[in-house]
Amino acid sequence: MITRARILEQAAQLRARFEAVGAQVVETPILQPAETLLDLYGEDIRARAYVTSDALRGEQMLRPDFTVPVVQKHMEHGAEPARYTYAGEVFRRQEHDPDRANEYIQVGYEVFDRTNPAAADAEVFALFAEALEGLELRAATGDIGILMAAVQGLKTTAPRKAALMRHLWRPRRFRALLDRYAGRTPVPPARAALLAADDPLQGGVPEIGKRDRAEVEERIAILRADAAAAPISDNEMAGLEALLSVRETMPFALEHLRDISVDLPQIVPALDRLEARIAALRARGVDVDRLDFEASYGRTSMEYYDGFVFGFYAERRPDLPPIATGGRYDALTRQLGHGAEIPAVGGVLRPGLMLLLSEAVT
Amino acid sequence: MSLKLGVPSKGRLMDKTFAWFEKRGITLSRTGSDREYAGRVDGIDGVSLVLLSAGEIPRELAAGRLHLGVTGTDLVLEKLPLWEQQVEEIAQLGFGQADLIIAVPACWADVDTLDDLDAAAAGFRARHGHRLRIATKYHRLVRDFLTDAGVADYTLVDSQGATEGTVKNETAEAIADITSTGETLRANHLKILSDGLILRSQATLWRSRVAPLNPGDRQALELLLDRLAR
Repeated sequence: MITRARILEQAAQLRARFEAVGAQVVETPILQPAETLLDLYGEDIRARAYVTSDALRGEQMLRPDFTVPVVQKHMEHGAEPARYTYAGEVFRRQEHDPDRANEYIQVGYEVFDRTNPAAADAEVFALFAEALEGLELRAATGDIGILMAAVQGLKTTAPRKAALMRHLWRPRRFRALLDRYAGRTPVPPARAALLAADDPLQGGVPEIGKRDRAEVEERIAILRADAAAAPISDNEMAGLEALLSVRETMPFALEHLRDISVDLPQIVPALDRLEARIAALRARGVDVDRLDFEASYGRTSMEYYDGFVFGFYAERRPDLPPIATGGRYDALTRQLGHGAEIPAVGGVLRPGLMLLLSEAVT
Repeated sequence: MSLKLGVPSKGRLMDKTFAWFEKRGITLSRTGSDREYAGRVDGIDGVSLVLLSAGEIPRELAAGRLHLGVTGTDLVLEKLPLWEQQVEEIAQLGFGQADLIIAVPACWADVDTLDDLDAAAAGFRARHGHRLRIATKYHRLVRDFLTDAGVADYTLVDSQGATEGTVKNETAEAIADITSTGETLRANHLKILSDGLILRSQATLWRSRVAPLNPGDRQALELLLDRLAR
């Protein structure tokens, strides 16, 4: 039987392991102000987190993860560099799958260090790989930063790039936008009519609401400019498609991406970072020649990550969620830091699932 | 114990439900005073009538406290995430038709599709410092629909009534609500997005998959279903 006591014991051991390598233990409240999380994740978070409220403090959320409060704590009064570890419950609302836990223990390790990002990435990954040894897991890695660099360097308009960046985490939407900007999908009839009209705002419709005439006019101007802009070139489209389909072991993936960078030179600095990370992982004893790298990995579930991403999966138990996940989230520190920022990387493990798997192994 | 049939306790929905059963030889009626929520069933044995709010019928079916119930598809899908496992559709009753849709001010000449809504939301948030608000009481259905469509930078605000008025009152920028003729939307200077249909709903008779049935109930249920199928 995997009792709560055993999970807590396992969590304490993991946390002690991270303390032993220099991490400082942090505690965060279970009730988090809803506003910060809503601002960060939008309406989607309501489908994933439990919301409660009182008349004095307004809406509160049961901690859906530790990363946000830990980053906030660090940005308020953390010294640099810093390493943190924590263990405790997180709560996830489940509306589609009754078999998924809505409350479970997470143990985490987070590194805030600006000296050597590649080494910090490797440090987190290697510590996790060690902690998970013997469970026969498959590790997946990726790097959101490469796709970000590719999009930001496209030879197209700033509003198009901004729209693509906004939807980086929604692959279907991203694809639809890309096809439109490449001129591969027809202009919807209503849009064509709008663009053809001399004065689309004429028609005697009463103006109501907070989004006023100026905003409507502004967007029409953007749409007109967009219609006049050249499509994204076939060359760049081919480069992006090739990039998104890269899925190989790390050194081969790098080689393949270097080839792609002939068409997409903007990704070269990101590839240099990947190369440095591979070297740092190797120096840590990670068998990078057998480590998978997928350029699209982490695009659907890991929205605050903007660089290295990783996850550990039990292949014999495809019904289970990942046993551990993590990544780099430099931009999150910027968003929560009110002007300040620090490169940060970290991840979480699920001791309950680790116990479940280790029982199956023995 | 008897088979419990839940029916909306007031208004046109109740009257039309009564008429629908009447046509099939089953007479439902309210008893006691006008204000008392009690009812009786004639024309079939072993069935009792429970009058309650249409909005509570999905929950009661899912909890197994009702064996059968009449309520809209919209309410079942909104309130029961696993509805296919919790209830079974017996018959669509052919009234209470309404579409759950997304509507925006008619003066938004630049917005016709969800794609436009998403872009407008991004611009709105950048300008006003808060997300574009969509007033609704169908939180789950709307959120799932917008997530699936890849719309971001919006927030849902709760509105349990007079939702069409929220835009003019500036408590929301858009709405997601049910409409049958579109009359109220037009009167409030709103237009439906061309791909903004979330769900077509109508009054439907549901059977609970979890309500316990003793042999007597089972017999009554079979008899009733047989009568309705004729």
